[in-house]
Amino acid sequence: MSALIQKLEFYFQYPFVQYALIVGVLIALCSSLLGVTLVLKRFSLIGDGLSHVAFGAMAIASVLHLANDLLLVLPITILCAIVLLCAGQNTRICGDSAIAMLSVSTLAMGYLLMNLFASGPNLSGDVCSTLFGSTSILTLTSDEVALCAVLSLLIVILFILFYNKLFAVTFDENFAQATGLHVRRSNLLIAVVIATVIVLAMNLVGSLLVSALIVFPALSAMRLCKSFLSVTICSALLSVFCALTGILISILAGTPVGSTIVATDLGAFCIVYVIARLSGR
Amino acid sequence: MAQITCKKLAVGYGGQAVLKNLSFSVQRGDCLYILGENGCGKTTLMKTLLRLLPPVGGSVEFSDGLSPNDIGYLPQQTLIQRDFPASVSEIVLSGCQNRCGLRPFYSKAEKALAHDAMAKTDVLSLAGRCYRELSGGQQQRVLLARALCAARKVLVLDEPVSGLDSQAAANLYQLIQELHREEGVTVLVISHDLSAAVQSATHILYLGHSTFFGTRQEFLRSPQWSALKGVRNP
Repeated sequence: MSALIQKLEFYFQYPFVQYALIVGVLIALCSSLLGVTLVLKRFSLIGDGLSHVAFGAMAIASVLHLANDLLLVLPITILCAIVLLCAGQNTRICGDSAIAMLSVSTLAMGYLLMNLFASGPNLSGDVCSTLFGSTSILTLTSDEVALCAVLSLLIVILFILFYNKLFAVTFDENFAQATGLHVRRSNLLIAVVIATVIVLAMNLVGSLLVSALIVFPALSAMRLCKSFLSVTICSALLSVFCALTGILISILAGTPVGSTIVATDLGAFCIVYVIARLSGR
Repeated sequence: MAQITCKKLAVGYGGQAVLKNLSFSVQRGDCLYILGENGCGKTTLMKTLLRLLPPVGGSVEFSDGLSPNDIGYLPQQTLIQRDFPASVSEIVLSGCQNRCGLRPFYSKAEKALAHDAMAKTDVLSLAGRCYRELSGGQQQRVLLARALCAARKVLVLDEPVSGLDSQAAANLYQLIQELHREEGVTVLVISHDLSAAVQSATHILYLGHSTFFGTRQEFLRSPQWSALKGVRNP
């Protein structure tokens, strides 16, 4: 045990480990906040779809040799999120098939572009790290950490300010619209925020695993709690706890960060499921 | 004075009209029942009145200072709500959202209003309970309390008694009638419950092969009513 603690202390001296922990916690917090709304609106897969879009955008950015690929990836992802969330209800191609179409086509296009205009010798390594986020969280610069912190803080503040409106729109969109709320505006805000969260979260777990961060804490919290407020708080705590545990385990055991965090989330969900079953909920 | 006026209104989905050429108006303090068989377009009409759907033709106008912010709405329950983790008081309070504007949190007055609404619909004792664990009738009363919070001038109810047993339905009708008489709120009810309509409506809009709009007394003398009576008591 003391050997473990010594090992951790040794790692904590390095700034890249500290950065990873800070960013991990912030991203986990943000993604879990919106997860509850997305799960309840039956939009769980939107995280998956948007992260594939972000992958495609990232491929374009790397082909163009952009210095800061966030400048391209973020707007493209936000645009797709708006198309999916806001136009989704009234179009001929309905929700889940639109997401499926968009996600596979951007994934394929992204890989195709990277292949055609391969920039480095290790193509499959590049692709793999974008998809599974294998090492990127440990190579963050202090600028990236600052950007991530600012965006996360902004998202948390927005969430608190719009919490009541978000509840009204999530619980009953028709009622909200009929009684004069600006539902389209709220959906727009949700779309922008979720796209931002996903682009941020790709650093942590990679684009294939993003939706785990969004969905798992919300699902676990929904098993345990009975009011919207308690579900939100519980899912935030659970998500942060799992992210921290996952990062620590991955440092100690040398496993990939993203998949370890997702495995922790899955473990937490199973434990919660059993607890809920046993207590008869 | 007319609060809602429909002129030559046609309603439907995607440009296809289900109902055509509807002209009627709702005055302040009216209690209008919209009757008709299943599938005749009652809910579509309601959604158009509430501006959830654009009209296919004609117009819906709000006047007398009525804005969507003054309307309370009791929709039919959606699938999402069946397993939604929310407490009763959270849901009722969300009916006050249209009073908030850009203000992020609820005021004391709004919390008191939600409390009153829960007392009126007799769900105060359930305030801390989880919505998805309630019975159908209790859920309906919770949604009615939410509609009351939102209804400053007009209350719109879509099949308010569907899924309720006869006792619960009678209580709900009683409550709606009290609200209409005592608070002077304009009430629009979608229903296929004829007996409730001829008991408590001031006006009736009947949708069917031939459309009828008029007061209750006029409806009782109309050919539509005789035809319906014939079906019910042969």
